[in-house]
Amino acid sequence: MSEVSQNGGPLIEVRELRKYFPIRKGLMQREVARVHAVDGVSFAVQEGETLGLVGESGCGKSTLGRTIVRLYEPTAGQIIFQGHPIEGHGARQLRPLRREMQMVFQDPYASLNPRKRVGSIVGDPLKIHHLGNKKERKARVEELLETVGLSPEHFNRFPHEFSGGQRQRIGIARALALRPKLIVADEPVSALDVSIQSQMLNLLEDLQNEFQLTYIFIAHDLGVVRHVSDRIAVMYLGRIVEMSPAEELYVRPIMPYTEALLSAVPVPDPDLAAKRERIVLEGDVPSPINPPAGCRFHPRCRYATQVCAEVEPPLVEYGNGHLAACHHPLNVDSALATAAAGSTAGS
Amino acid sequence: MAELLLDVRNLKAHFATEDGVVKAVDGVSFELERGKVLGIVGESGSGKSVTAMTVMGLTRDVNSRFGGEVLYKGKDLLKVSDAEMQQYRGAEIGMIFQDPMTSLNPVYRIGEQIEEAIRAHEKVDKRVARSRSVELLRQVGIPNPESRVDDFPHQFSGGMRQRAMIAMALSCNPAVLIADEPTTALDVTIQAQIIELIDRLKDDFNSAVILITHDLGVVADIADEIIVMYAGTVVERAATRDLFYDPLMPYTWGLLGSIPRLDRPRPDRLHSIKGSPPSLITLPQGCAFRPRCPHAFDRCMEQPTLESHVDPPTHLDRCWLDVEYKRSHRADTISGRTEAA
Amino acid sequence: MMTFLVRRTIGAILVCIAVTFIVFLIFIVVPGGDPAQRIAGKNATQQNIQNIRKDWGFDRPFYVQYYRMMEKMFSGQLVSYTSQQNVLDQIKQGMPATFSLAIGAGIIWLFFGILVGVISAIKAGKLSDRVITVLALIGISMPVFWLGIVTRYYLAEGGLTTLFPDGEYVALTSDPLQWFWHLVLPWLVLAVLFIGFYGRVLRGNVLDTVNEDYVRTAKAKGLPPKRIMRKHVLRLSLIPIVTLFGLDFAAVLGGGAILTETVFDLHGVGQYAAQSINNFDLPPIMGVTMYGALFIVFFSVLVDLFYAYLDPRIRPT
Repeated sequence: MSEVSQNGGPLIEVRELRKYFPIRKGLMQREVARVHAVDGVSFAVQEGETLGLVGESGCGKSTLGRTIVRLYEPTAGQIIFQGHPIEGHGARQLRPLRREMQMVFQDPYASLNPRKRVGSIVGDPLKIHHLGNKKERKARVEELLETVGLSPEHFNRFPHEFSGGQRQRIGIARALALRPKLIVADEPVSALDVSIQSQMLNLLEDLQNEFQLTYIFIAHDLGVVRHVSDRIAVMYLGRIVEMSPAEELYVRPIMPYTEALLSAVPVPDPDLAAKRERIVLEGDVPSPINPPAGCRFHPRCRYATQVCAEVEPPLVEYGNGHLAACHHPLNVDSALATAAAGSTAGS
Repeated sequence: MAELLLDVRNLKAHFATEDGVVKAVDGVSFELERGKVLGIVGESGSGKSVTAMTVMGLTRDVNSRFGGEVLYKGKDLLKVSDAEMQQYRGAEIGMIFQDPMTSLNPVYRIGEQIEEAIRAHEKVDKRVARSRSVELLRQVGIPNPESRVDDFPHQFSGGMRQRAMIAMALSCNPAVLIADEPTTALDVTIQAQIIELIDRLKDDFNSAVILITHDLGVVADIADEIIVMYAGTVVERAATRDLFYDPLMPYTWGLLGSIPRLDRPRPDRLHSIKGSPPSLITLPQGCAFRPRCPHAFDRCMEQPTLESHVDPPTHLDRCWLDVEYKRSHRADTISGRTEAA
Repeated sequence: MMTFLVRRTIGAILVCIAVTFIVFLIFIVVPGGDPAQRIAGKNATQQNIQNIRKDWGFDRPFYVQYYRMMEKMFSGQLVSYTSQQNVLDQIKQGMPATFSLAIGAGIIWLFFGILVGVISAIKAGKLSDRVITVLALIGISMPVFWLGIVTRYYLAEGGLTTLFPDGEYVALTSDPLQWFWHLVLPWLVLAVLFIGFYGRVLRGNVLDTVNEDYVRTAKAKGLPPKRIMRKHVLRLSLIPIVTLFGLDFAAVLGGGAILTETVFDLHGVGQYAAQSINNFDLPPIMGVTMYGALFIVFFSVLVDLFYAYLDPRIRPT
């Protein structure tokens, strides 16, 4: 359900996006199974908005992020950027688009080429897209370094001379070099210490305001995601199981998985920790190679019934832009539940 | 008064490197009683892991120099020979590490690795060791332990591997379990399982736990006492409730204020501690946190001592600021409730 | 497992076919003179050469020649251009020497390579490590032909001392002591290169492994240092050595120690290969190359299987 903004449409929209990875065995290396990394995801992000994608390992959030910027080829579904479908674009058609969509990665130690100087790392995107001559590029790089809180003198240094937080800033500067509209940030603060993390989150917020950026923010830390996002999508085994405006997710989780996730997050308050009911889920996160039938969460769900094992619940709206996929939605009064089940909402 | 198992007094661990002497641990003291959980909280470079590794004797090297005392049941482990220390490790003090995938040897079966730990300290034959390892896997909640005991580490999931590591660390019934960031590499729902497991096993095995983490939420959950480390020293030490409801060190406020919390309304802007942690080779003069502290004043050029300035004498902090000043100014940093409900 | 073996067998066959193509192609393309002329000899007449060309089939198109050569090879009837001897017989005659050289040198270089690697890793940074490193580099750098000649000069009969016989091979069955004595120098000369190399590789592996997290866990469990070294460090560090050894050994068995065999006049398969190349004699070259290729392919399958046995994370595909 995409709302039309003043500019006439969401910046980026995905429809039934799927990304499967084949598992090959046998003499002829036939595909015997697939990893259903992303299994039918649909949402739309307005310009200037931050969509948070949250979930645990194997939920597909990283794969989704990479597929959106076409680092992976989608197996099926559509990616619509500024109104144009881009899922089928070849490399040449994609090139101008790469200026509009950029990515920031998780590991600041692995995502910067250790043999290149900072000036080159941040300036290469400009070079590749033929933007400006050498002098202009240098000026722009120095400007970017200042924007992210580094000094222009760092132009000639190598990544290993910086701390984790500083390297992450370099990565952000690189992503900003082409003045993109959309930045997909894949766990950009997970590898950082708490005190550096908050600096980075503030920086990302400032940059969003200054450059009118749109973020798709992928994280496993629910607190971080809540802080940065306007809306949040909770993923489980390749599908979105709940999506809602940020605050509402935490106050009124509808899907039991969300409820369990929230209760598993430790809070830095001893009395509260002792008092509150902790739902500790049994078992491990199942493998995306063979997702369970029916509702994918049903083997671990304490409210599961027969229907949950047989029928996959559709993503349905419960008012206020809050969607959830569950046969036994929590925090929803029965009238709303039936009304929602009757409609065929889904974005 | 429970039995005092570990008494660390003014521990120092300095390492000579090409760039200079790294003072990774520079005056750490704490006590650990049986049945208790001590949380050691700090960020990278705070020295929390090195402290634990030094207690275990794992940092002994030609380039290392130690000071202070590590008294385990009265015996100073720093003075003990390598051969003797080896007997303490595993049998008296067990340790688990952050990443269970790389911390288990990939070419040996889980059962073999647990049995190896048992037979290193006790004279038991293979069959007995094997049945004990099966039993241990059951105790840590691994289903079908009789068959899983012959699996290789890569056949286990992340959470199960960490359980196996815990089983291995507890196999000889050590009195102390040191858990170094045991949940950092795990999903949050698995994290909750592991923390609960550690808490339960502490009671089952009647041992004590040192839990090292950067996550204040995790220590709020199960720790009885917490020490906050910064640049190699303890900057605050208190019972858990005291630390969270009456924090007396600006660094602690910074940590608490930087966390995006689920139990409080969302702040417009997250508090952040400006700058970055100091080099452990050239520490700042006086208080190590001074360059980053918004409340620093001239006395801070002199290294503060770790003392109790408030009523429970178990609440210590390393800061010259006046207690009243602290209590009135910390709300700038930490939003919301700071007094106990 | 079956699929693995089937795939590898098919792969092996394809490799061998490709080898024959390439050898044949090289032979056609490289200017080396007319084989008919070489067979005819110096004082041959044009007519002789023409006859020989016809008899041997050199006037037929290349693909026909290739096909007929393959026929002869598989029926064991390849015959040398120069010496009229059956290639297969010659190879069989050379095999005992080559095998003796390979197995003896292999044992020596594996044992000492591991020893050197472990010692220099344990004493890393100290004087003994640095000395060993220098020696290893010298060992790797000394060309085999040079070292062979030097050792013959100093240590063999006809040289300065007469500790060892000066080359030639004596069959094990005829005189075991002489067999051994004749092989000592070739073994050492061949092994020196590999000892240096393996020692360096193992040293690097051990130093890496020692820093692995699971070694830290082993220490935390309170295991004695010797056990940690043996069961945790070495076991993992030796795995890549196994792979290397499998292929190096296969190469030597397959007649790859051309220089050593020639310098010491062992009349093994390698020396035969050298001679044939010298004579630009295609059938023996083809035969020896196929012989070598078969060994390499076979051993590479063995190595993969063994590797999967040693490291349970790997499954042969």
